[in-house]
Amino acid sequence: MKKNFFYFILISLIIFVFVLLYTAVFKSKSYIPATTINKKIKEFSAKDLFTDNEIEIKDLIHDKKITIINIWSSWCAPCRNEHIYLMKLSQDSKINLIGLNYKDDRSKAEVFIQELGNPFFKILEDPDGIISIDMGAYGVPETYIIDDKLNIIRKFIGELTFSNYEEIIDIINK
Amino acid sequence: MLITQIGNYSLILGLFLSIFFIFYLILILYGFIKIKLNNIYSILFIQLFSVLISFFSLIYSFVISNFTNETVYNNSHTTKPLFYKISGTWGNHEGSLLLWLLVLTLFIFLFFIDSKKQPKIYRLYTLVFQQIIILGFFLFVLFTSNPFSYIFPVPLEGLGLNPILQDPALAIHPPILYLGYVGSSIIFSASLSALVSKHINNFWAQHIKKWIFISWIFLTLGIMLGSIWAYYELGWGGFWFWDPVENVSLMPWFCLTALLHSILVLEKRSELKSWTIILSITTFSLSMSGTFLVRSGILNSVHTFANDPGRGVFILTFLFILILISILIFFFFQTEENVRENKIYWLSRETSILVNNWFMIFFLAVVFIGTTYPIFLEVLTSEKISVGPPFYNKLLIPFLIPFLIFMAIGPNLKWIKNDFKKVNFYKFFVFIFLCFITFIFAEKFKIKNLFTIILIISSLYLLISSIGDLIFKRKNISQNISHFGFSILILSIVLNGILSKEFSGNMKIGEEVKFYNEIIKFKKVETFNRENYKSVIATFEIENNKKKLILLKPELRIYNQPNIITSEADIKSSFYEDKFLVFSVLKKNNIFNVRYQVKPFMIWIWVSTLLIIFGGFVRLIKIK
Repeated sequence: MKKNFFYFILISLIIFVFVLLYTAVFKSKSYIPATTINKKIKEFSAKDLFTDNEIEIKDLIHDKKITIINIWSSWCAPCRNEHIYLMKLSQDSKINLIGLNYKDDRSKAEVFIQELGNPFFKILEDPDGIISIDMGAYGVPETYIIDDKLNIIRKFIGELTFSNYEEIIDIINK
Repeated sequence: MLITQIGNYSLILGLFLSIFFIFYLILILYGFIKIKLNNIYSILFIQLFSVLISFFSLIYSFVISNFTNETVYNNSHTTKPLFYKISGTWGNHEGSLLLWLLVLTLFIFLFFIDSKKQPKIYRLYTLVFQQIIILGFFLFVLFTSNPFSYIFPVPLEGLGLNPILQDPALAIHPPILYLGYVGSSIIFSASLSALVSKHINNFWAQHIKKWIFISWIFLTLGIMLGSIWAYYELGWGGFWFWDPVENVSLMPWFCLTALLHSILVLEKRSELKSWTIILSITTFSLSMSGTFLVRSGILNSVHTFANDPGRGVFILTFLFILILISILIFFFFQTEENVRENKIYWLSRETSILVNNWFMIFFLAVVFIGTTYPIFLEVLTSEKISVGPPFYNKLLIPFLIPFLIFMAIGPNLKWIKNDFKKVNFYKFFVFIFLCFITFIFAEKFKIKNLFTIILIISSLYLLISSIGDLIFKRKNISQNISHFGFSILILSIVLNGILSKEFSGNMKIGEEVKFYNEIIKFKKVETFNRENYKSVIATFEIENNKKKLILLKPELRIYNQPNIITSEADIKSSFYEDKFLVFSVLKKNNIFNVRYQVKPFMIWIWVSTLLIIFGGFVRLIKIK
């Protein structure tokens, strides 16, 4: 009797742990470092890809539109894949889409834009990657949604997917 | 390409062999088919061979940069040096699982050859249990992480291996660790089988001891290599961070070390039968949980592979099926004889080994709670906490002290019964003498923490007593070496912890900073173009008060594929201390962040771990 009770406790404990871990697997699917959300990005200035003029990020922020900064590069394959979503986003009048060209060759970046279309309002250059790293980027592509006070509202690490696209549209329409 | 097909189909062949083999063995065990050992050898060999073909075809795909293969595309690049192309094979999730499979099939083949003197039923049951594990892994590889997936259209260039993985220590760290993990799977199957075939006795203990030592040696070596990599490559300035993934490899180690000791009691005295079986089951379950935690993406750390819940769920289910099977077997086949309470005299070798086991289980429990509690808490309450070094230090250090003292006393006790009067009391004077010396030392270096002082005394005590045994008794050399190594390990970790110094700040080129009795001079920065990265090398000079100069050249590597910056610390090791310098770019205008550390006795941490391993190795050779 005592032995059976012990089995019972042990097996239920194991099942409990199983359920817990099972939930954990699905919970941690998209992990965003909590520290970066609601943080301000550092103000920066960078050269325009096409005109070579130095532009302050502050001047590009629109108080009636939501700003999305997309870090991309012509050598990055996932950037190519997410480009269709950026093109779609650029058609929305409430979005101010800014590209940050990460460690790229200017001529190759231009070819990339000619080939796939230009979704960006402005493209800024980040030749040594310092601006991106200051923003907290791990690599390319990454997409930041920021408000008019330069606070990060949402951050996407890696290639944008269709569900990410829908999420962005939801945020915009809120 | 053909090579991908070959790899894929030979894996599928291995899977079917595994299914067929399990049925075949069960039919033999129930007496439907006559046993033919030659057939079993052939099946085992064909299975091993098919996995081997798969593995080599993956290596070949990596070497020729065959980008039709998704695994190769994701983890390799044409400009990578050949060595890292090959090590890239197991540097990713899919390839590393293939390596697991290879080691699993290799070990069971070796086990079967090695166990000729054991009863047939026992050998066959071991094969059944091990084939269930192998089958699980085949299914896992083929259905959730096939290394031979096609990609179309064929990309011209791969994405590249993560540069922090491009390090010699890391190239061999995973395979060695897997040898340890997989070795524990053999122990698991063998003990379940011994339970079922009622073969738990000293003859069995003698035979399984070999496998325990093999996995223990590889596991220890694997953990050490990981730690070396963290120290030299990650540039965090430490060797152990209580990172969840490190803990996950440490937990089976505690369990295996406990098993290593308790198996001796089973061998010499036929005691602790059930306990040994429980330890065997736990060791393997912990190894599997480790795999689960790392591969499911629950933990976020340097080791995280691609996050795919499907994989996590598969390993989790598989792990729990194995645990449930083993619990059921344990309770159904438990005999009266196994649990019979034996009288163990309070002052004997058996007791001292039991004490070792209690401590090991305590250490295990602490690490286990520290690692899993944050996960459980997050699921239940969505609250994120992190458990760091202070938790482990507070809970482990006080218990290390009695542990070290028991380690010095235990091995000198006799089996069965040690006469109290025969305990060597002269050692007590050694102890008092050591207290005296340590307090003088503490006074000189201004160590105020009482725990630290006592910890130093106890490790010195263990050191002297194991040297004494090594020189005067020579009864158990392997154990003396390992215990001696352990005392040095603790001693060097403690001294390293309390005597380390660190400078951290921003410097410009040409600047000088005074740091204790040294001057740090920042000389220059140069840039070079290398095969697959751009290298920025800074030159620092460290001048001590005797005007002796040491040159340190830390490096920043800017990789092109994928685009990642890694910092390579420059470390000058010497007999007495390591000088560690790492720098990073701060802004465009020539200011750099510099971290300089002086870490005493660093090299002794590796040397002592090697000594511990060497002790195990000496014992392993003696068995054969």
